Amino acid sequence: MNAGADRGFRLGVGVATFAALAAFWAAGSAQQWLPAIYFPPPGEVWTAFVQVLVQGYADGRLHQHFLHSCLLVLYGFVAAIAVGVPLGMLMGASRRAEALFNPAFLLVRPIPPLAWIPLAIVWLGLGDGAKVLVIWFAAFVPSVINSYAGVRSIEPHLVEAARSLGIPRAMFWREVLLPGALPLVFTGLRLSLQACWTTLVAGELIGAITGLGHLLYQAGLDLNPAMIVVGMAAVAVAGALTTALLTLVESRSMPWRAR
Amino acid sequence: MDERLSRREFILLTAAGLAGFFALWTLLAASGLVPKLFLPSPLAVAEKFADLTQNPFVGFTLQQHLLSSFGRFGAGFVLAAVIGVPLGLAMGWFRWLDGVVSPLFDALRFVAPIAWVPFAALWFGTGIGGPILIIFSGAFPPCVINAYRGAKYVEPRFIEAARTLGASHWQMITEVLLPASVPSIVAGLRISAGLAWQSLVGAELIVASSGIGYLMVKGQGSISTATVMSGMIAIGLVGFVIDLLLRQLEARIHRRRGR
Repeated sequence: MNAGADRGFRLGVGVATFAALAAFWAAGSAQQWLPAIYFPPPGEVWTAFVQVLVQGYADGRLHQHFLHSCLLVLYGFVAAIAVGVPLGMLMGASRRAEALFNPAFLLVRPIPPLAWIPLAIVWLGLGDGAKVLVIWFAAFVPSVINSYAGVRSIEPHLVEAARSLGIPRAMFWREVLLPGALPLVFTGLRLSLQACWTTLVAGELIGAITGLGHLLYQAGLDLNPAMIVVGMAAVAVAGALTTALLTLVESRSMPWRAR
Repeated sequence: MDERLSRREFILLTAAGLAGFFALWTLLAASGLVPKLFLPSPLAVAEKFADLTQNPFVGFTLQQHLLSSFGRFGAGFVLAAVIGVPLGLAMGWFRWLDGVVSPLFDALRFVAPIAWVPFAALWFGTGIGGPILIIFSGAFPPCVINAYRGAKYVEPRFIEAARTLGASHWQMITEVLLPASVPSIVAGLRISAGLAWQSLVGAELIVASSGIGYLMVKGQGSISTATVMSGMIAIGLVGFVIDLLLRQLEARIHRRRGR
């Protein structure tokens, strides 16, 4: 079996699967043995999509919800990287810093990001600040851990070689530690991006004025399953888009890695 | 990176880090810079925690809330493992099944588990079924993916030997693929338990009328920051213990296999 034929087989089976599911969905809705209250017919989902796109739903049009959620994730994510990556790298590079910061970090680490939501709401209310705070927590812990592991994964020869050449401190960080740690840093960031979306959607489900989670919440409240499907699809697209963006940044910042 | 610390220096720095963390917290709380309502001192939180284990809050004591959370967690996690692991192994053996399931998986990957909340409530209600579906959707992917990877990376000579001896499909999966992929499966179960615990918290924050997440929501509603923090501590502790137990299981399996 060569690779080309294998890919052709997979593609064929994949397409057939989606076609079969779509047919099942369409037939089931048309024949009404898939109850429309639980499984919305394709036509209704399309109507809901057009409705939220053109007229708006849950106090906003689709692109407003979408952009709002993406921006919140971006703010929290960038703020977490700005604090987490330097802290993790410092802990990786200096055992003194590790001994000093690790205990407090270990206390915070096992608390899942979602568990910060009630506290964030008590502190900052139902507005955007609380969401950015929980997204910050969702991305902070993985970025510290992976930056730490990234620095520790650098081959000692490289460090010794740089040191024996009398490298200045700033250059050592810029030319040795940062590029050496980047691959693992990005692994961590990719993991945490998914956690960020989970946290944001949960936060918005609990209370928000706009955003994809708020759209989902309103759709659930109105018993509007077609709109729920639209909301879930929008969350998936947003997650996929931001991941693609991160991959782009990753390949740009590590041009020496062949993809 | 740098030279190892002496034992004394390590203990000193660790103690300084911990003391600094709690001192900062206490000072912030005592200074009145942040109102007591929003930031109780560590001591006040500890008192609240002890109080919650004695006196019921929203109907139950802390242990009873934890117990009901744990029931949901167990049900969702076991369901995910019981369906996910066999599915992953079968996908590793039957190419057509791999072709059918993998694209579906890729399509659903970006839907955050929490985004299932409205459907979970619609399909199964908010009692026991809804939260379990959310936990399941968080815990399911790692079970499948790791069993699948484990089955894919079984040494081909084992498979060829079994095939030469005339093993049936069933025998191949249960007697060759399963034992060979146990380490990978257990690693997957650990990831999945962590995600299940997270999803549980999310599910209980949004749809539930008991459990540790519910306790936090009620604490948030009555602006009892100490109650919210006690909930976070309990969640962190239990998550930590679950991870610790599965880590030990993992280590034991690796030892037995001489790695």
